[in-house]
Amino acid sequence: MLFATGLRAGESVALAAAADLTYCLNELNQAFEAENPGIEVKVSTGSSGNFSAQIQNGAPYDLFLSADVRYPQELIKTGKAVGESLFIYAAGRLVLWTAEPERVDVSRGLEVLRSPDPVHKLAIANPQHAPYGRAAQAVLEAAQLWSQVQDRLVIGENIAQAAQFVETRNAEAGLIALALVMSPRLQNVGKYVEVDPALYPRLNQAVILTRKGAVNPAAKTYLDFLKSADARRVLDRFGFRLPAPAQSNP
Amino acid sequence: MQDPFWQELFLTVRLASTTTLLLLAIGLPMAHWLNQRRGPWAAALEALVGLPLVLPPTVLGFYLLILFSPNHWLGSLWEGCFGRSLPFSFEGLVAGSVLYSLPFAVQPFQAGLRGVPGEVLDAAALDAHPLQVFWHVRLPVAARGILTGAALSFAHTVGEFGVVLMLGGNIPGQTRVASVALYDAVQSMDYETAHRFALVLLGFALVALTSVALVQRRAGLLS
Repeated sequence: MLFATGLRAGESVALAAAADLTYCLNELNQAFEAENPGIEVKVSTGSSGNFSAQIQNGAPYDLFLSADVRYPQELIKTGKAVGESLFIYAAGRLVLWTAEPERVDVSRGLEVLRSPDPVHKLAIANPQHAPYGRAAQAVLEAAQLWSQVQDRLVIGENIAQAAQFVETRNAEAGLIALALVMSPRLQNVGKYVEVDPALYPRLNQAVILTRKGAVNPAAKTYLDFLKSADARRVLDRFGFRLPAPAQSNP
Repeated sequence: MQDPFWQELFLTVRLASTTTLLLLAIGLPMAHWLNQRRGPWAAALEALVGLPLVLPPTVLGFYLLILFSPNHWLGSLWEGCFGRSLPFSFEGLVAGSVLYSLPFAVQPFQAGLRGVPGEVLDAAALDAHPLQVFWHVRLPVAARGILTGAALSFAHTVGEFGVVLMLGGNIPGQTRVASVALYDAVQSMDYETAHRFALVLLGFALVALTSVALVQRRAGLLS
């Protein structure tokens, strides 16, 4: 099987990627394809929890770029992913973002969320299966705002959808991934402030080779690329915290 | 590289045509059988066929995901035979679509086949094998119902979203059909792409339904 895959012309690698990577991956893959012409990258983005469930059910992804570490670990436990391949490629950051800075003064921080005026609707990702949603919930609980905002929450299926609610101004504000807000598509939209990282558990993001990806040499190539200086530069530009470089050369 | 827009539209058309062909093969005998029977079993099957009309697509998507999973005997049987799992594959989508569009094929087929006058059938039955009667007498008369069923199956498969999203997993070139690509485009705030898909899908649905209406109208005028 390994032999046959290695010989095949026009290799490809299928990625399941957390939604905070939606824009970052465009640039990552440009860099990857420039270095590895002939390998086609196929991307699906969505919530990490959904992807994890799909991979448990046999979805044919080679690599899973989760927005946390827990889901990849669960896949290792059930034998759907290769334990030794787990690698923390970045840590996500949460921001409070609005597309209407003239109405919502985010420089006041989380306090601006306390009353329904001006924030009638607050967008977050689904805490049940999106790591950024869990982080948002932790932040709101730590700031003792969770009960106040309950009936004003709009829940995105993943963090990109939550951002879309804010961008269309259907929600006055949102707790969103910095990587999305710093993307070329959104960097000139509205204003954001970073949420104090002490308020939520660190959003370490791990990548893992699935059992299917283990026999695809292109997947291994992509995994190595994620540890490269080129990839780190792109991740850095999108506002991700980076693991110490030593970790990238185990 | 191929423009993903056309790739996704082509995949949609491929899914819809495969589904329609399979529905013709499965739906016609099923419609014929259902028309012949009066018993409670036929009624139960008829209800079963109609379920997707009222059932949330998530119910079907959820059950199929479990049935097709390699952890289930059905899914592992498939994987054993074909070397790949059914969910998150084109074949899986075809299976889901056939079930989901079943009533849109079988019900018009039944109506079409019912329209064949009894005396014509009796006359034909005198000197022909039942299969010949079905093929040479019933089918031509029922053509409009069959055409309607096929057109509706095709259109309904193009219009599918929930089952595809749950069962397909949104994989480029494999399971990312137009409706899912539109959803994706909206989420990444790429409204230009979303508009292109929406416009094409809207235009297609209008054309499909107008064709069905025209076929029905002509049927009405003739009978």
